[in-house]
Amino acid sequence: MYRYDEFDHRFVRERTTQFRDQVTRRLSGELTEDEFKPLRLMNGVYLQLHAYMLRVAVPYGTLSAPQMRQLAMIAERYDRGYGHFTTRQNIQYNWPALKDLPDVLDHLAEVEMHAIQTSGNCIRNVTTDQWAGVAADEIADPRPICELLRQWSSLHPEFSFLPRKFKIAVTGAPQDRAAVAVHDIGLHMHRNADGEAGWEVLAGGGQGRTPMIAVTVRDWLPERELLPYLEAVMRVYNLHGRRDNKYKARIKILIHELGAEEFRRQVEEEFARAGTPEVEVEQRELARIAAYFAPPAYEDLQDVSTEFELAKNGNRDFANWAKINVAEHKAPGYAIVNISLKPVDGIPGDATTEEMNLVADLSERYSANEIRITHRQNLVLPYVRKRDLFAVWSALNDAGLAIANLGHLGDIIACPGMDYCALATARSIPIAQDISRKFADLKRQYDVGPLTINISGCINACGHHHVAHIGILGVDKKGKEFYQITLGGASDENASIGKILGPGFSGEEVPDAIEKIIETYIAIRGESETFLQTYRRVGADPFKEALYATA
Amino acid sequence: MTGKILTANRVDDGLVVFLNGRGEWAEALSEAWLGEHDSTIAEFEDIASAAGAGTEVTDVYLFDAERDGDEFVPAHIRERIRALGPTVRMDLGKQAEGIGGAFNALG
Repeated sequence: MYRYDEFDHRFVRERTTQFRDQVTRRLSGELTEDEFKPLRLMNGVYLQLHAYMLRVAVPYGTLSAPQMRQLAMIAERYDRGYGHFTTRQNIQYNWPALKDLPDVLDHLAEVEMHAIQTSGNCIRNVTTDQWAGVAADEIADPRPICELLRQWSSLHPEFSFLPRKFKIAVTGAPQDRAAVAVHDIGLHMHRNADGEAGWEVLAGGGQGRTPMIAVTVRDWLPERELLPYLEAVMRVYNLHGRRDNKYKARIKILIHELGAEEFRRQVEEEFARAGTPEVEVEQRELARIAAYFAPPAYEDLQDVSTEFELAKNGNRDFANWAKINVAEHKAPGYAIVNISLKPVDGIPGDATTEEMNLVADLSERYSANEIRITHRQNLVLPYVRKRDLFAVWSALNDAGLAIANLGHLGDIIACPGMDYCALATARSIPIAQDISRKFADLKRQYDVGPLTINISGCINACGHHHVAHIGILGVDKKGKEFYQITLGGASDENASIGKILGPGFSGEEVPDAIEKIIETYIAIRGESETFLQTYRRVGADPFKEALYATA
Repeated sequence: MTGKILTANRVDDGLVVFLNGRGEWAEALSEAWLGEHDSTIAEFEDIASAAGAGTEVTDVYLFDAERDGDEFVPAHIRERIRALGPTVRMDLGKQAEGIGGAFNALG
């Protein structure tokens, strides 16, 4: 993992000291709320429905065991004993007191963490594949580039006051698990005809009220040109992005209005104009950073583990979990463990202090001290020996964390919704809970097969409903919560935006509506055809008929 | 009887508060002052702009509520959740401290 150098430490400490002074001045009345609000937002402090909310950056979703323990400690000492892992691979605390927040930021700084650029019109925390560095299909670990981007974009003077917020996602694998096509910039690693790894640069994707799939600006770029090229993209956006209308200020609107071809032309012109004077420095820095992401010293193991195979034969629950939640690792004899934070009736993405500490302990004992946060609000232990899987499962199972539903119906994304969020127009979590109860039977989930259900409590789409196979959007209709259902979204390498099926439903009606959609799929699916494949083959009509024909 | 209640978040801890009849910010909605006349609501607006510039509270605004026996029930679900706590965590917020009110967030 990356370790702060002297500069990083000083930079974060200075910011914390500065914030402590700002909070003191706000509490004494020296600063008004109007003056203070932009300052607190620059440090990830929002005011939500019930209290302040602190959003802490987890760079590219990677955490060490001591960092996770510190997050657990902060939840216990300064919050209500839990935290919420988000679709941005971050963690949010829902109840911190402003007067405590300087201390919280100090505690974060102790473990090389902060909340800088988790809000505001700047380049936000860079997100990536939660299996970075370990996925079997990966070309290269994308995290050195993510860290380079973090350093480049942190307090970048030119890009600190963009027209609107800016999100970058990166993946080093052909299978896109980072949803790069629905980010302001997406970077997707490919090999060119000579076998050299480089980057496809996508731009203009996004969700929110105007969902769009990104366009490819460059289909392949050598890595040494990446930063100057991104600067060119950012410059075109910074100059021409619309500052007159908040709802038209994201880069996706600029690209849509200019047209992809004209946007490309402007980027290439800027790229050619600026030249690449600092490329050598960047390559040296990238090599320095990359050394921090060297994999742990893998043991020389057989890929097949007898202990693992025997344990599966002896315990059906473990075998199910191993099949559903454990992914193929690039090193023989190792596995990627995915910990679902989606128990039946649970709150997607919430983890208690005890749960965070348990995961930290397990990562220390079995996973080279490393943990990942996923944008689907789950956790990952990336370096588990297959022979240790049963021990890991047993410990998770004792804590109620061995939920074998990854990538299935119960693995629902939900934003905090109107239970917590000041912007929400409807609740999200209770809908997730109702659906999870209705489909609690895992055997039924396995029969349905791979399926994503994502729920957002407002049009801002933090719950990624636009790119779910089944998306649910909560809206306010004359003071009542109402839910629109979309079908056919996807966030992978074949990304698509879901389409609204028809009139919305009350909250109580949603689980039955989902059931009808599922039953329709099961009735018409081809052999080993997934829900998404069926939808793409037949379109919306059979589902519409099932939902609305008798209504 | 319907009227308006002045609400805010306390600056130091962020918690939800309501203006009471003594001009103080109370944590329980039941202690709030329900403004039922235009003159009271005009007074609320003056208090809101003065309070918004001060150090005790922030994000001051009015919401619709009605009197129901001894308590006040906000007209909109958002304000009912704000006065009670998350509907998915009954162990948190004002409802957990016994100062949420007897009404249901869902109406």
